[in-house]
Amino acid sequence: MSFDKKDLISINDLTKSDIYYFIETAKEFKKISLKDIKKVPTLRGKTVVNLFYEPSTRTRSSFEIAQKRLSADSLNISISQSSVTKGESLKDTILNLESMKPDAFIVRHHESGASYFISKITKASTINAGDGMNEHPTQCLLDIMTIMEEKSDIGSLKVAIIGDIYHSRVARSNIYGLSKLGAEIYLYGPYSLLPRFKDSRNVKIARSMEEAVKNADVIIMLRIQKERASYYFIPSIEEYRNFFKLTPNLLSLASKDVIVLHPGPVNRDVEIAGSIINENKTRILKQVENGVAVRMACLYILLGVQKN
Amino acid sequence: MVSSDDFKKLDKILLFNDSATNDILNDFIGSVLKSIETQARSAKAVGFSNTVIIGIKEGGVPLAGLIKKNIKNHFKIDCEIGYVDMTLYRDDPFTVKKPIKSTELPFDIGDKDVILVDDVISSGRTVRAAIDEIFDFGRPKSIRLAVFIDKGGRELPICPDFVGKKIEAGKDEIIHVDIISKEKRVDKIIKT
Repeated sequence: MSFDKKDLISINDLTKSDIYYFIETAKEFKKISLKDIKKVPTLRGKTVVNLFYEPSTRTRSSFEIAQKRLSADSLNISISQSSVTKGESLKDTILNLESMKPDAFIVRHHESGASYFISKITKASTINAGDGMNEHPTQCLLDIMTIMEEKSDIGSLKVAIIGDIYHSRVARSNIYGLSKLGAEIYLYGPYSLLPRFKDSRNVKIARSMEEAVKNADVIIMLRIQKERASYYFIPSIEEYRNFFKLTPNLLSLASKDVIVLHPGPVNRDVEIAGSIINENKTRILKQVENGVAVRMACLYILLGVQKN
Repeated sequence: MVSSDDFKKLDKILLFNDSATNDILNDFIGSVLKSIETQARSAKAVGFSNTVIIGIKEGGVPLAGLIKKNIKNHFKIDCEIGYVDMTLYRDDPFTVKKPIKSTELPFDIGDKDVILVDDVISSGRTVRAAIDEIFDFGRPKSIRLAVFIDKGGRELPICPDFVGKKIEAGKDEIIHVDIISKEKRVDKIIKT
């Protein structure tokens, strides 16, 4: 198995077998985090720049820990204290950083396509850590890894993705990734936050919460994005809570072994009932744990390609 | 079983056939066992509870298994066994050459007498990487190296404690050890 792209911008950059290769590699890296000495020397001497134009706790710390566990040197650029505030363009910022010879950029940006744009002007590997409403491929990989830990064949699963589908890069990457692996996907959310497309073979739009979760093997709840959806798309948070929250009653309609995922941060009792989280029915913390392993695998595979 | 004609096509030279390989294997395992026994006696230790066997993936895996089996047959002691995959500890310019495999050390390595096992040694770089990896799991009391074939060409100051057979071979020649199949054999493969 070999992989020869330098960047990971979209989950569509990966074939089905690439996805499995990334997950298999991540499984090995997961073991490193369980050792006494949680570090391997693999990426020593490599420099990774974390460029986060948007707030992030999980993804950012996950990438940073992944870099440290692989012995890479990481540089965190805090945008609020950078020249960006003085009006430097994205391109100029990248070209200047490029002169310092980094080996990889980890990019989170509020504009869709920013990571792609950066990947085209740098020789360094670029990993998309979320670009606007577009994609979040490493989240998709860690979700697939979490699902695969409990379900043997993704191709036979019914997956419900519920919430603000339209603005969600997590949903977009998961729809691409999971449908590539053959899962049957049901989307549901407020009408104003559903994508405008016709049902495809794998991806369908459900007409009710009940239809979406019924017999589902995996339920992915999305965060209501106050910064993007704000209040233009839904009348109020209260109304959203009443119609689109995952409750224990709804959950009982799903398959017996259902697992609930959420990319975080969770708005408790808005998207998902607090009791479901408290009773350990979600895999949110597993997702975070797997996130480190997946990001280690991405860095390992992409930086390994570069030298060839 | 591959016929000798097929081997010529592959530029393989059969060095040791089944019975010769078996003889080397028996001597090799015998010398490892004898040394463990001496060490255990001198330390006045009862049995070999302090000895663990670690095979370097992939070539060292069957050999490590054989050593464990022989210790069990001779001394009725079930040694712990583990495996290291040193891919992440390589020293050559970093490229991903093959998928990483699991390192499995399901026991506390601290203060143990380790027998590190591989099939072929040449530059010594694999062993260096494996030792580095083992140290990330704890501080063994000692590590001794057992290799089945020493093909020379060392680039690091590493010297095995037990060697089955020395074979002179160039850098571009691969020594292939097969001790799993029914007909055991050692071949030299010349890269073309």
